[in-house]
Amino acid sequence: MASYSLTVNNKKYTVDVLPDTPLLWVLRDELNLVGTKFGCGIAQCGACTVLMNDNAIRSCSYPVSAVGINKITTIEGLSENGDHPVQQAWDEADVPQCGYCQAGQVMATVALLKRKPHPTDEDINAAMTNICRCATYVRIRKAVHLAAEKTNSGTNGKPSTSSAAKDHKATF
Amino acid sequence: MKQVPTNISRRHFLKISTLTGGGILLGFELLANATPEAIAEAGAPVFAPNAYLSIDPQGIVTLMAPNPEIGQGVKTSLPMLLAEELDIDWNKVVVTQATLDKAYGNQVAGGSSSIRTRYEPIRKAGATARYMLIAAAAQTWNVPEQECTTENGWVLHKAGGKKLSYGELATKSASMPVPENIKLKDPKDFKIIGKRIKNIDNKQILTGKPLFGIDTRREGMFYTMVARPPAFGKKLKSFDDTDARKIPGVKNVVQAGNVVAVLATNTWAAKKGRDALKVVWEDDSKLESTAEHREAFTNFLQQKSEKPDRSDGDAEQSLAKAKKVIEAIYEVPIIAHAPMEPINFFADVRDGKADLYGPTQVPGKVRSDVAKALGIAEENITVGIPRQGGGFGRKLRSDNAVEAALISAAAKAPVQMLWTREDDMQGDFYRPNGMYRYRAAINENNELDGWYLIATALNSNRAASSENFPAGALANYRTDSHGLNSNIQTGPWRAPTHNALAFAEQSFLDEIAHELKKDPVAFRLELLDHAKSNPVGKVSYDIEKFKSVINLVSKMSNWGKNTPGRYKGFAAYYSFSTYVAEVAEISMVNGKLKVHKVYAAVNCGQVVNMSGAENQVQGAIVDGLGHAWFSEITFDKGAVQQKNFNSYKLIHMQDAPPEVEVQFIATNDAPTGLGEPGLPPIAAAVGNAIFAATGKRVRKLPFNNNMS
Repeated sequence: MASYSLTVNNKKYTVDVLPDTPLLWVLRDELNLVGTKFGCGIAQCGACTVLMNDNAIRSCSYPVSAVGINKITTIEGLSENGDHPVQQAWDEADVPQCGYCQAGQVMATVALLKRKPHPTDEDINAAMTNICRCATYVRIRKAVHLAAEKTNSGTNGKPSTSSAAKDHKATF
Repeated sequence: MKQVPTNISRRHFLKISTLTGGGILLGFELLANATPEAIAEAGAPVFAPNAYLSIDPQGIVTLMAPNPEIGQGVKTSLPMLLAEELDIDWNKVVVTQATLDKAYGNQVAGGSSSIRTRYEPIRKAGATARYMLIAAAAQTWNVPEQECTTENGWVLHKAGGKKLSYGELATKSASMPVPENIKLKDPKDFKIIGKRIKNIDNKQILTGKPLFGIDTRREGMFYTMVARPPAFGKKLKSFDDTDARKIPGVKNVVQAGNVVAVLATNTWAAKKGRDALKVVWEDDSKLESTAEHREAFTNFLQQKSEKPDRSDGDAEQSLAKAKKVIEAIYEVPIIAHAPMEPINFFADVRDGKADLYGPTQVPGKVRSDVAKALGIAEENITVGIPRQGGGFGRKLRSDNAVEAALISAAAKAPVQMLWTREDDMQGDFYRPNGMYRYRAAINENNELDGWYLIATALNSNRAASSENFPAGALANYRTDSHGLNSNIQTGPWRAPTHNALAFAEQSFLDEIAHELKKDPVAFRLELLDHAKSNPVGKVSYDIEKFKSVINLVSKMSNWGKNTPGRYKGFAAYYSFSTYVAEVAEISMVNGKLKVHKVYAAVNCGQVVNMSGAENQVQGAIVDGLGHAWFSEITFDKGAVQQKNFNSYKLIHMQDAPPEVEVQFIATNDAPTGLGEPGLPPIAAAVGNAIFAATGKRVRKLPFNNNMS
C-alpha cells in the first residue's frame, strides 16, 4: 500500500492504495465518484474516460501512481449544475439510451473540443473511439457538433470555474 | 422534472405519501393487491387501490415506472401514458423506478412487450385518477361532473369560472368512489403521447449520478470478484487461496457452487486476489469447438425433417419439377450480448432474508430463482431495480443474482459481485450460431413456385420462424428445423431468432428477385399481393402494414434512382407485431465497405415517445449493422477465443452511418413492439447493397471476415 495525493475536480485527496491500482478504481471505490464507468479494463471501450489536464485518458488502464500533480476531471466535476455545453448538447439531442457509456462519451468530447473547437465528421471519427453498445452514434455525432456550436458561441453554460482547491481527505 | 434517485419500495412510497400530508394514491387494476399492512402502515388518509401514481396536497405528482429500464426507454414512456390520461404537465412530474412488487403485474423488460402490454392498463390507471379528481371538484362546487374538465393539473368548471388544482383536490379525491366505465382519451386530444420527450434520466446520466447496479454502495459491503470456469465443460475441482489472502484488502475467499469468490475492501484488491487464486478445473462434459458445430450443421442441412415446422403444398415436388432451382446456404456466428455495464449484482443474505439489487430484465425470476437456490421463501426476498447499462437479452437470465446471493450466503456478508469483461465473454448466454439452406423453385412461367428452408442452430429447434413471409404467398412452402444440443450456453439476444434469420431470408429473397430479373421491392409487393388475393394456409402477418412500410421506405430512399458510386439494398421484416422496411445506401472503395445512410420505415402502431422511438430504431439499426459487420465469437475446446473488445469487435463511430432516417407510419393503432424490430432487417439490407455494388453475395456473417 502507498499514499497518493490527487487533485480531482479541483479538490485535493489523499488515498492509500496499492500502487498499481488503476485510477478508475480509486475514483469509484475510494472517492465514491461512480460516474466514471468500468467497461472493459483494457482501454478499449472508453467508458472510464476522464480528463487529465485537458486530455482524455482511459482511467481503467492508468495507474494511480502515474497521475502525480496532474489535474483529473471526472463527469461529476465538469460543471457545477450539469450545464457544461457538452452536457447541454447531449440533453438537447436526447442521446442516451441506457446511458452507461455516456459519461465517457461526454468527457471524450470535452477533450476533442479543447483541441479542435470546430471538429469535422472526420475529426469526430478519429477522436470518438468510445464504444456505445446501444449504438447511439448518430445522436452522439449530432451532439458533438451541437456542443461545438454552443462552446463557440460562448453564450451557453460555461465550464465550472475552478474554485480554490480544498484539502479533502477521502473517507472510506 | 424532478427525479427521485433511489428505488423506493411501495410500502415506503405509501409512507412518504402519508408524511407529505395524506393525499391519494390512485390506480386501477389491482385494488385487491394493496396489502392491508401496507395501507395500515401508511395511515388512514391514504387511498391505495394500486401503485402507479400519487398526488400529494402540495400538488406533487409521482408516477411510478414499473418495468426495468435497460435503455429501451420505458422509464420515460410508461409514465408518459399515466401523465397523458391524468392530464398533467410532464415537466412537473416526479418519476420513480418501482421495485419488484406484485402490484405492478409483470415487471419484465423483454419481447418488446412493455408498451404493447401496458398501453391500455396504465392509461386506465391515469384516467381513473382524473375521474376521481373531477368527482371531488364537482362535489366541492356542487355542479355536475359532466360540466367539469381538466387541464394541466387543474380541474375547471368553465361555466362557473372555477378551478382547483390537483393538489388542492388530492385529499378529497381519496374518498371518491373508484369509477368503473372509464373512457380513455381520444388520440386526437393527446398532448404527451406521440410527442418528443427526453429520456427522464438525462440529467442524472450526464452528471454521473449513481444510477446503475454497479454503483451500489452499502454499509459493510465487500467488493467481490469471482474465479469462473475457463471453458464450457469444466467444473471446479479445488483451489488454493494462500496467495490471494495475502493481497492487502482481501478479506475473505469463499466457494459458491462452481465459482470461487474473493471479497475485498475495493475492486482492485478483489481482482488481484481473484487472479492470485490457484484454481484447478476438471473436465465435466465435452469441450466443444466451433468447427464441430459447423460440421454438424452442414450435415443437418442435408436432412429432411420427419416433422416440418410448416408445410403448404409440396415443396419437394415443386423443386423436383422446377425449371430452375436456386439454392443458397447462409451462416451466422455466435455473438455475445456484452452489455456495456459488466455483469454484477448486490446481495445481502442474512437471517433467512435476502436483499437484492442489480441489473435484471426479470426481477420476478430473480426472486423465484434466488428463493430456490437459497431455500428461503419468496416473501423474504426483496429485489430492487436500478437503471441498467444495456440488456439485449443477457439479463433475462438470473445467474448473476443467484451467484451473488450464494456468495453472500456463504460469506454471511453483503457483497457486490462484479465480473470482468473477460468473465462476461466466457460466461454469456450467447446468440446461437446457425446455418440456413434455402431452395427456391422457379417454374415454367418464371415465377417463384416453391420454397424449402432447412434451418439449424445451436440449442434451438426453432431456427426457422415458419410463419415468416413469404409463407402464405406461395403454393408450396416448407420449413424444417434441427437443433444442435450444446453445453455452450445460448439465450435470447435482441430479436431472438429474427436477428439471424432475417439476414438469411431477406438476402435470399433478393437473390430470387435478381434471378427473376425483378426489382427486389416490386417482387416483395407482388408476393404480398399473392398472399392477399390467394392466401395459402395461414397468413400470420398484416399485409397492409407490411406494404405500408415497404412503400414508405421506397419513397424516402428514392428507390430505383442511384447516384454514381452509391448502391442500395432493401430488406423488410416483421417481428413483435411491428413492420420495418430498410434501405441501406453504401459505397465500396478499394474493397472497403462504407455505409452512408440508412432509411427506415416503421409501422409500430401509435408511437408513444417520438424521440425515444426514433432513438430505438436508429440504435437497433446501428447495433444490427455493427454485429453483422464485425462481431463473431468462436470456441476452442469450450473456451471463448474473443476475450475482450480488442478481439471481439463492436462497431465504433467511424463505421456508423452518419445518417439514419426513420419515419413512422402515422396511426393510432394500438402500439406494438419497438425495442427489437428495427434490428433484424439491416444485415440483409447491407448485404443486398454489397451485392448491388460488387455482384458478390456475402452469405456468411460477419461481413468483415467474409468479403474477400
